[in-house]
Amino acid sequence: MTEILERRAAITGLGQSEVGRRLGRDPLDLTLDACLAAIEDAGLGREDVDGLATYPGAMPMPRGFSGAGIPEVQDALRLELRWYTGGIELPGQLGAVIDACLAVAAGLANHVLCFRSVWEASAQGGGGRGPAGGREGRLPRADGFMEWTLPFRAYSPANWVALYAQRHFHEYGTTREQLAQIALTARRNAAGNPKAVYRQPLSLDDYLAAPLISTPLCLYDCDVPVDGATALVVSRRELARDGPHPVVGVQAVGSAIRGRPSWDQWDDLTTMALRDAAAMLWERSDARPGDVDVAELYDGFSFLALAWLEALGFCGRGEGGGFVEGGARIAREGELPLNTQGGQLSGGRLHGFGFLHEACLQLRGDGGARQVPGSPRLAVAAAGGGPLAGCLLLERA
Amino acid sequence: MAPSPLRILPRIHPGNAHFWQGGAAGELRFLRCAACRTWLHPPAPRCPQCLGRELAPEAVSGRGRVVSFTINHKAWVPGEDQPYAIVLVELAEQPGLRLMSNLVGCPPEAARIGLEVRVRFEDCGEAFVPLFEPVDDP
Repeated sequence: MTEILERRAAITGLGQSEVGRRLGRDPLDLTLDACLAAIEDAGLGREDVDGLATYPGAMPMPRGFSGAGIPEVQDALRLELRWYTGGIELPGQLGAVIDACLAVAAGLANHVLCFRSVWEASAQGGGGRGPAGGREGRLPRADGFMEWTLPFRAYSPANWVALYAQRHFHEYGTTREQLAQIALTARRNAAGNPKAVYRQPLSLDDYLAAPLISTPLCLYDCDVPVDGATALVVSRRELARDGPHPVVGVQAVGSAIRGRPSWDQWDDLTTMALRDAAAMLWERSDARPGDVDVAELYDGFSFLALAWLEALGFCGRGEGGGFVEGGARIAREGELPLNTQGGQLSGGRLHGFGFLHEACLQLRGDGGARQVPGSPRLAVAAAGGGPLAGCLLLERA
Repeated sequence: MAPSPLRILPRIHPGNAHFWQGGAAGELRFLRCAACRTWLHPPAPRCPQCLGRELAPEAVSGRGRVVSFTINHKAWVPGEDQPYAIVLVELAEQPGLRLMSNLVGCPPEAARIGLEVRVRFEDCGEAFVPLFEPVDDP
């Protein structure tokens, strides 16, 4: 069998800035906080970092979506790079980390610093990013994919995800009470995360009484914009042994997309590209879904986490609602602890990288008040919705 | 239908004018491959089935069914009325020939999967936006 090349990579350093609503911090400064923390956590100096990777790269619009790009971080830290990448046309946010794994596996770099930085809370506090920038005066003209959504007042990913959730409800009998468990579990877990934005208890009654956003999704099905940055160091695995932490090795990655790359043209309206990325992950590992000890699955909207659960085979297709019903199975003490940091729903929208950070923390046993019991050995981190999807299977060596 | 002042319109260009301006003639038009007769959406320079280059706009019946929907309650744009129904409509001509739209001519609560619909156009000047209404009264 062809070598599973990503197994030559390990995640050796974890860093995260402060996380919060409207911190008013310079986004690059926030990014550097996370980057420097990750480098230090790996037991390295910045002179050791010879690779740099990010999603989505510098983007002026929408405001707050990107806190820093590759050149800014390289220059701020005066890094001497052998390899770098930054971009948005990737298998989801974690696509940048998948690229980093391949770069170290190929010998292009020894230690790749990977980061994702957002300041959406501050940006929205300063007048809002608004749909397509149109608040006053002449409305903008929709282009690209937006040509097929904005003229129909489908302004937000909340609308696009809702179309999938509704279809799932229709085909499989999924209910709002079941979907709620994704949000309620995240909220319970957030209580153990000092950086989480929403930590006060949330009940099913609260959830059901919340304002509807786009049926069947309500307010608590949508994540919360924050300011914050997450960084990780991906290293050649043979160099990881010298680090100060238990080695978190990459076991397999999933990056496939076989359907049409859009929200409205995807073939099966109960799945998304995550169907293909997840299938590829298991094609590259002898481990099975039942071996996974902790799952950190993207919940930009609650339904996305449900769809990832199914796609990754933790339950059968269409069985996600029943799987999470009551919440016991996905609780921190349950058979598959889910989004142990509070996800993006309660923890804050760190946009994908927060899940990978948390998965590594749990495998190291450094989860503190939210550490899952039983010394987890295998974890999945997954990010993306719609046509974006990427995932990693991680193991504690 | 009267234009809505808040509908964001597409940028019209030669590659999409057939779709956005067909409504002036009361027609919902998609590109269709002359060789294998596949309908395309969104428009593309080659047929994705047979890679044929001979593509021309052709009108569909405008009939279809709702394959999913959502009722939007959130004011994304100031001044808009909520709720309203966003639908994904699959057209009768070809499985998977699908577009996003709005359900009109009925309360948004009438939206349901499987609802039979037909197109009607909102005249927004440079673009005629294809919307859908129930074929029978809900």
